[in-house]
Amino acid sequence: MTFLRETSIVFNRQLRMNLRNPAWVIIGLMQPVLYLALFGPLLESFAPMLGTDNAYMVFVPGLLIQLGIFGALFAGFSLISEWRSGVIEAERVTPASRTALLLGRVLRDSVQLAVQGIVLIALGFAFGLRGSIGGMLIGLLITIALGTACASASNALALTTKSEDVMAPLINSVALPVLLLSGILIPMSVGPQWLQTISDFVPTKHIVEAVRAVFAGDFANGVVYWGIGWTAVLVALGLWAGTRTFRKENA
Amino acid sequence: MIHARGLSRTFDTKHGREKKQVQAVQGVDLDVEAGEIVGFLGPNGAGKTTTLRMLTTLLKPTAGTATVAGFDVATQPVDVRRSIGYVSQSGSTSPEALAGEEIVDHGMLYGVGKQQAERRGRELFEQLDLDGLWTRQPRTLSGGQRRRLDIAMGLVHDPGLVFLDEPTTGLDPQARANLWTHISALRSERGSTVFLTTHYLDEADALCDRILVIDHGEIVASDTPESLKRQVAGDLIELIVLSADQVAPAAARLSALAGADAEVADRTVSVRVPRAGTELPGLLRSLDADGIALESIEVRRPTLDDVFLELTGRSLREHA
Ligand SMILES: Nc1ncnc2c1ncn2[C@@H]1O[C@H](COP(=O)(O)OP(=O)(O)OP(=O)(O)O)[C@@H](O)[C@H]1O
Ligand SMILES: [Mg+2]
Repeated sequence: MTFLRETSIVFNRQLRMNLRNPAWVIIGLMQPVLYLALFGPLLESFAPMLGTDNAYMVFVPGLLIQLGIFGALFAGFSLISEWRSGVIEAERVTPASRTALLLGRVLRDSVQLAVQGIVLIALGFAFGLRGSIGGMLIGLLITIALGTACASASNALALTTKSEDVMAPLINSVALPVLLLSGILIPMSVGPQWLQTISDFVPTKHIVEAVRAVFAGDFANGVVYWGIGWTAVLVALGLWAGTRTFRKENA
Repeated sequence: MIHARGLSRTFDTKHGREKKQVQAVQGVDLDVEAGEIVGFLGPNGAGKTTTLRMLTTLLKPTAGTATVAGFDVATQPVDVRRSIGYVSQSGSTSPEALAGEEIVDHGMLYGVGKQQAERRGRELFEQLDLDGLWTRQPRTLSGGQRRRLDIAMGLVHDPGLVFLDEPTTGLDPQARANLWTHISALRSERGSTVFLTTHYLDEADALCDRILVIDHGEIVASDTPESLKRQVAGDLIELIVLSADQVAPAAARLSALAGADAEVADRTVSVRVPRAGTELPGLLRSLDADGIALESIEVRRPTLDDVFLELTGRSLREHA
């Protein structure tokens, strides 16, 4: 009960500050929207090659996951400036649960991601996306879960490094290969065998495939269970890393 | 209220490949009783903030134990946090938030209800001369206003024990005096205990029942401001004799009085004694009997500056 209350105090505070300065939410959305508007039309003519008659059914799920990974991984940056201004220490001297301090922030990122995801799907619809409604909803939920995991990990990393200069290259060096090997823009299935084999080891590839499958209404497909399973694993790992870091003294 | 034994903290620092250990606090013993206002004095880097961070559970001691408000900092940190308020040296508000909201949220994290936190927050704003700044962003506040906002934040939940790390840095003389009044009132009206660090000796002198002096991570003195001044420095008697040939007999008299060599500079002879007030009549009579004529005589009560210099100044550091 106290835990929920503390979480919601932190969450409300974060959300208020975001709403007061929504620039980051908009900037975060710019990248996938630009992809959608400027890269989507190019992809349309390749639709048959991708094994579909609607390129956006392949493309929008990829952009969603990209948003979930990239947007959330950078969530930790705001924590660094909070730490620098003494806010984190001020919160840590209160009896509030350390996990609540983390969770309130991560939930803000989840909500932000939900809004961005809905905007992206709606825009995709304008471009010609025609997914199953239930499928798109599940896809959005998977994205939010993945984003929550990434935001939690990002906050942990921020509190450990306490430096944008250390964190930015670290995130980029992990996120870029992961994005390329997840088949965000073009499904891995059109690639050569060796590339497909490597990408099988990348959890987010399975998650992208799962989101594509549910968008198409193909709920019984085995990839859906793999994707959801991997999402659950990543959520568990992300939250574990986050709470562990926030509970550590001296953080 | 606060009892620490052998409290120590060592930091590992890395300079490239070279590793070094900084012994920030070394074996600090301290006791603060309920209702006391205690000042923690020491030069930059003496270990004041580090000690405070250990007592407020923000930092784990590398050795030693401490109980704060009856709870062990190592094993019952949450109970300690519930019982105290802390104003850090370096600020605690987000530049982008609203001043009033920071106060209310902070109070709520202590379990105070929203209305109660807002009521107490506005009251503190008024008392600390922050009227009209409730909806301002901290980045638009002046340094001193921001400092007072930090202080309001540390007091919003009415803690029985308050730790203030250099609360008056950056405040103008009027705001400083106002804060002193406020801190005294915390004790007289709410029965709070206050533990504060400061560099300002007049502040410790005016505010504190007791002073702890820390240097190089060790407590080097602990007493009331009055008896510290008496013990360590003593009153200064400084007299100027009329003619140069009377310097030597005057110095002999003063040396005999103090039991130590008097200092001589030109026609000025000076010495420190524990209580100049009681010595002065006798001294004047004996000087008169010796036929020593004075141009002037002056008695200076020691300031805490004298104490500070003597305890933590170069001479001490050379011995250490
Ligand atoms: N995180 C840290 N890592 C390494 N050394 C540290 C750390 N924090 C403090 N120190 C060192 O410990 C010593 C004591 O620092 P502390 O901040 O307690 O001093 P202080 O008495 O509060 O000084 P000031 O009056 O300047 O605030 C200093 O030498 C400082 O450099
Ligand atoms: Mg300090």
